[in-house]
Amino acid sequence: MDVVVCVKQVPDTEQPIRVRPDGSGVEEQGLNWILNYYDEHAVEEALRVREKHGGTVTVVCVGPARATEALRTALAMGADEAVHVQDPALEGADHLAVARVLAETIRQLRCDLVLCGRLATDDNASVVGPALAEYLSLPQATAISKLDISDGVATVEREVEGGVEVLQVPLPAVFTVERTINEPRYPTLPGIMKAKRKEIRTLTLKDLGLEPGQVGAQAARVRYSRFDPPPRREAGRVVTPDSPEEGARLIAQFLQETAKVL
Amino acid sequence: MAKDVWVVADHAAGSPRRITLELLGKGRELADAQGGRLVAVALGHPLDGLPRALGEYGADMVLSVEHPHLSSYSTEAYTQVLSELVQRRAPWLVMVPSTAWGRDCAPRLAARVGAGVVTDVEALWVQDGRLWARRPMYTRKVMGTVEYVGDGPHLAVVLPKVFAPAERREGRSADVEAVAVQVPEPRARLVETRSLQRERVSLTEAEVVVSGGRGLRGPENFALLDALAAELGAAVGSSRPPVDSGWVPHDYEIGQTGKTVSPTVYIAVGISGAPQHLAGMSGSKYIVAINKDPNAPIFQVASLGVVGDLFQIVPKLTEEVRRLKAQG
Repeated sequence: MDVVVCVKQVPDTEQPIRVRPDGSGVEEQGLNWILNYYDEHAVEEALRVREKHGGTVTVVCVGPARATEALRTALAMGADEAVHVQDPALEGADHLAVARVLAETIRQLRCDLVLCGRLATDDNASVVGPALAEYLSLPQATAISKLDISDGVATVEREVEGGVEVLQVPLPAVFTVERTINEPRYPTLPGIMKAKRKEIRTLTLKDLGLEPGQVGAQAARVRYSRFDPPPRREAGRVVTPDSPEEGARLIAQFLQETAKVL
Repeated sequence: MAKDVWVVADHAAGSPRRITLELLGKGRELADAQGGRLVAVALGHPLDGLPRALGEYGADMVLSVEHPHLSSYSTEAYTQVLSELVQRRAPWLVMVPSTAWGRDCAPRLAARVGAGVVTDVEALWVQDGRLWARRPMYTRKVMGTVEYVGDGPHLAVVLPKVFAPAERREGRSADVEAVAVQVPEPRARLVETRSLQRERVSLTEAEVVVSGGRGLRGPENFALLDALAAELGAAVGSSRPPVDSGWVPHDYEIGQTGKTVSPTVYIAVGISGAPQHLAGMSGSKYIVAINKDPNAPIFQVASLGVVGDLFQIVPKLTEEVRRLKAQG
């Protein structure tokens, strides 16, 4: 079973994120760049598939030069190979374009299964996975919390409103994973040392037979024009009541008179 | 030029669900601004009274597709049907609810028809003849403004509880057109749907959410929240620590690694208010917090904060709510 995992490097959102004063983006200085959490779970799941069924794990990333570090993290976890698509013409590309580039990259690889994180914690879009499945004309399941493979068919579970769906999907297929699917392993020191020596294949749009006009900023169908800090919440009041009864009464009154939900 | 606004209906048992009404409410406004029709798209099998209900909620027209492969959601069947409809009729905007199926389908549909797609939409407006959307990013630490390029079709995956629902008016009706579409047998097959029994009210749709944190001290104490939620008709959720400790299942979790909710009232009980939790609930209209630590960060975002012992306050609050309800 040859598994391809699509990964993204994102700023660690557990650290403060500040918007530039002119609204043109987020302040990049001081950001800590990491492998997207959800993708870490996708890498882990791929490694588990390899442990059970044999085969290889290849990680693929579309991103600027610094994103190599995210690929190194995945290699240190145990991935066999890494491919980095880097091209200045991809500056300003939208999610559909990134999915298209990934699809062309994956076409060049041996692949029985594609795994992605359910979303990236920077733009929170959840667009690339299903769009990639479409460009590869493969079946898909998104936000899966369980994966079992037997006889070329995957059985997956995904949480939906008020329940869990169980789907059977013939491979090859594209799945995006939820964080509940597994607990990712930490890279080991030998793993980290080995990852440092591994060669990361770098591809450009030209290598993939794509033109900047097809996937660059000119082709984008949506364009971010401005970023703002979230609206400040109105300052509320904090009270220390004399008794639990008084606290309860204040809240009930608030629910009835201000929020009007009673 | 394309002008029509489409709303793809989320429905159950022949009735539109609340988010569909919210999309119809916003869709009406955008269709009027654009000088187009508001079209509801109903996929299913059987649809029963759904097309008529969509008319009562203000759709000018309903496109209905009934097919056995649409009896439950299927990525491939939905994408096939919606892409054919979009390609044949060229709407200006297609609004899809941000539900498990909406998030699964919309990006694939966008890729197939070559439409710009924006997810987690919290605002949509027309300015200078173009369509704009606003959405949270970086786990709600940033709001991004996005411009759709070109004349459409544009796709918007809209979060629940951000737009006011359309109102039902009996006697109002839409032109209903049943459309025949070929639907190939989907490769991915739904073999089972297990319902989560505890879920009386879905977290993402609830008007009131009661949520517990580390301060609950143990799984048995979530019964206090269940009792309060039962009186309020609320859903029960949690921050991450109770999930990590195994007190409640993962689908309770609200925050960066769990669900995002934006109810009218969010009642945070014994939750300190870590940024990862705030990321999932700070879109709530009102936040009520109960915590014994006066310095808990949750109080900085609370509309009403009560410093005190949750084990004493919550049962009293349940009683008080019951009393007020009895008074009518």
